[in-house]
Parts: sequence; C-alpha cells; structure tokens
Amino acid sequence: MNGKKGIILTGAVVGIIAVLLVKFGNPGNMGFCIACFIRDIAGALGLHSAGVVQYVRPEIIGLVMGAFFMSVAGKEFSTKGGSAPFTRFVLGFIVMVGALMFLGCPLRMILRIAGGDLNAIVGLIGFAVGIYIGIIFLNKGFSLKRTYKLPEFEGYLFPGIIAALFVLLLAVPSLLIFSQEGPGAAHAPVLMSLAAGLIVGALAQRTRLCTVGGIRDLILFKDWHLISGFIAILATALIGNILFGQFKLGFTGQPIAHTDGLWNFLGMALAGFGSVLLGGCPLRQLILASEGNIDSVITVMGLTFGAAFAHNFKLASSGNGPTLNGQIAVILGFIVVLAIGYFNIEKSANVELKEGVEIETM
Amino acid sequence: MKQCKVDARGRSCPEPVLMTKKALQDNPEGLEVLVDNLTAKENVTRFAKNSGYNVEVSQNGSNYILSINK
Repeated sequence: MNGKKGIILTGAVVGIIAVLLVKFGNPGNMGFCIACFIRDIAGALGLHSAGVVQYVRPEIIGLVMGAFFMSVAGKEFSTKGGSAPFTRFVLGFIVMVGALMFLGCPLRMILRIAGGDLNAIVGLIGFAVGIYIGIIFLNKGFSLKRTYKLPEFEGYLFPGIIAALFVLLLAVPSLLIFSQEGPGAAHAPVLMSLAAGLIVGALAQRTRLCTVGGIRDLILFKDWHLISGFIAILATALIGNILFGQFKLGFTGQPIAHTDGLWNFLGMALAGFGSVLLGGCPLRQLILASEGNIDSVITVMGLTFGAAFAHNFKLASSGNGPTLNGQIAVILGFIVVLAIGYFNIEKSANVELKEGVEIETM
Repeated sequence: MKQCKVDARGRSCPEPVLMTKKALQDNPEGLEVLVDNLTAKENVTRFAKNSGYNVEVSQNGSNYILSINK
C-alpha cells in the first residue's frame, strides 16, 4: 500500500466512488465535498438554518471512522496537540469561507473539473496561486510550532462523538433537521454513503492523500508523490462521469456552482493559502482529527463554525453567484491569513540551524 | 561521527522536510533528523532519496532517527 501505487490507487478509488455517489443520489459533482458536507451537518444540528443544506452526511462519519480504525490498526493513533490551536480554529473558519465562496472544498473542485465544470478550472488556478503564496511564508520560516503528547483519551473523543452522531442519525433522526429540497435533500442511501466514507477514510489515512499537499510538494520539493493521487481522482472521476453521462462541459448551468470567475478564483486562493498554513486540505484535517491530532480536531471545529457563520450571515455563494457579505468576508479573510502568516515566521529558525552546525565543529 | 542534527519532533507536515532541506544546504555531506511520527519519517525519507541521499532509519521508542548520507 505504500509508495506511489498506494496513492494512485487511493485517488482512483476516490474518483470512482465519488461518481457512484452522484449516480445514486448525491448532488451533482458532489460525491465528496468536505466543506459542503460539514456545512450540511452543521445545518442538521441547527447551527445554521439554511433550509436547503441540512443533512447528516454519512460520508463524513465514514471518513472519520475509517481513518480512526486504520490508524489504530497501523499503530499510528497518537493523541497530540498544542500547535497554535486557536490560530488553527481561525484558519479553519477562513478556509470554509473561501470554500463556500467557490462552492466546494479542493476535493470537490477536482470533482467539478471531472464533471466538465470549467468554473472549477478558474478555482484551480486560484487554489494554486493561494498555495504559492502560502509557500512563500513557509520558505520564510512560517511555523505554528510543535505539538506535544496529550492524554490518550482526549484523542478518542472526536471519533467517539462522530460515532454518537451516527447512532443519533439512525435511532432518533427526529432530533435532527433534514432538508426537504435542494442539495441537502439529495443524497445516496445512508449505508452506501457510510461505506464510501469508510473505504476512503481508511485509504486516505494510510496514504496521506491531500489535495493541498499535492500542489505544495510539487512546487516546494518537485515531489510528484501526493499530486499523483490528485491526478488519479481527476482521471477516474472524468472517465466515470463520461461513462454515466454525468459529464457536461461548460461554464453555465453547472450543478451547485456559479460563474463569477473573479470570486471563484479568490475563494479558492483563500482556501489554498489557509490550508497550506494549516498543513493540509479539509479532507486531510478530517483524517488527522480521526487519528488523535487535536489541532486538526480544532481545525474541523473552525470549519464547522465557519460553515454555520457563513450561512447565518449570508457569506456563502449560491448558484446565483457570490453575495456582497461573502466578498467582504473573503477580503477580510485574506488580511487575517496574511497577518497569521507574517506573525508566525520563526526568527529563530536560522539560529537553531547554526547551533546544529556548532555541534558539528565541536 | 560528528554530524548536524535536526530535531523535527512534533512538527507537522511539511516542516520536517523543509527543516531537512535547509539543513542539507548547509551540510551537504549528510545529517541526522529526529522525527516522531510515520508521516514525517516517510516524507523526509522520500525527500532525501529524491535528492540523491541514502537514508538509514533506526527507531528509539516513539522516535525515528533518520541518518541521511551520500
């Protein structure tokens, strides 16, 4: 499972499953969308009241449980945290604002391209630009500092709560809010969605699949490893969409998308920039949160809070395009992420290295 | 053998690799990197091998010591 074959296989499986989920009921080009699905769950819990995007997405539950079990099986589960948690919360919030401007996380961006949605190509260019800006900060010594070991039980809480949410979904769905129309009402059967999440969660944990990491490592280290997963998702989802008649090339009339190029670009640039500083895309954050990384749990809380906020204050775009509130929020988001980037550049990074050199000369 | 040591424990992706990259620029003959998770171990190893180095891994409790040499 290790090495290039593993990551390509994982990408291929993600692409195929995503196409199948749409075939069996998920919204168009939304086999997987971490941002949209977290937003739907926030709605189902009543954290926002946008009637068309409320559903407990079993894909998210499956992703978490799959990654949790795989990390335990592989003896990788380890509870740790303490690397600038509130900064990560804020970055998670802002990444969500950017994603909901574009209407999708980076994973859905790939799936949108695979469905022929050319707006997502504009998003991809913005995403790459955002990652590039983030890399400038990384090269200057940006760091949210190190994590430390935490009491082991803390790590079990997040997967435990997600498992409890699934029990709630099956046992007392009347407690939750479900969309009667719109994207929230469009979904594949519960058990199929859960199984899809379990498979992808387990594979993504094992192979460290990350959409941000792919472009980042290619620019930073000329390393094609992670991006080969990205390309595999695109390739298989594209073929799958064509086979199932779900492929439609163009800018207009795309499912859950708008055609405002500037804001598609800026939304994804913000998501890319924020994600680089976080060290991974929303999918990767969700996987890390499931293997005991409390900083990523906090990031997922930031994503959830951001999603609820985005709908309560009309920051999220719709098929009609972006909102003025959303545009202001994206601009403010850039300012905050730039400030987080600037104020977390480690001045001591070079000093530490010099100390290392001194050891050598002793 | 006197070698430069990089302590990348607790650092999240991609910092261990960046720290290794910078340290290798100053110590092109090789160095030791200390990491505490499998992802960092895999990433640093992949980077070093792609850069033309050999990597030897030894485990010390939950830490991995990566000896990177030409």
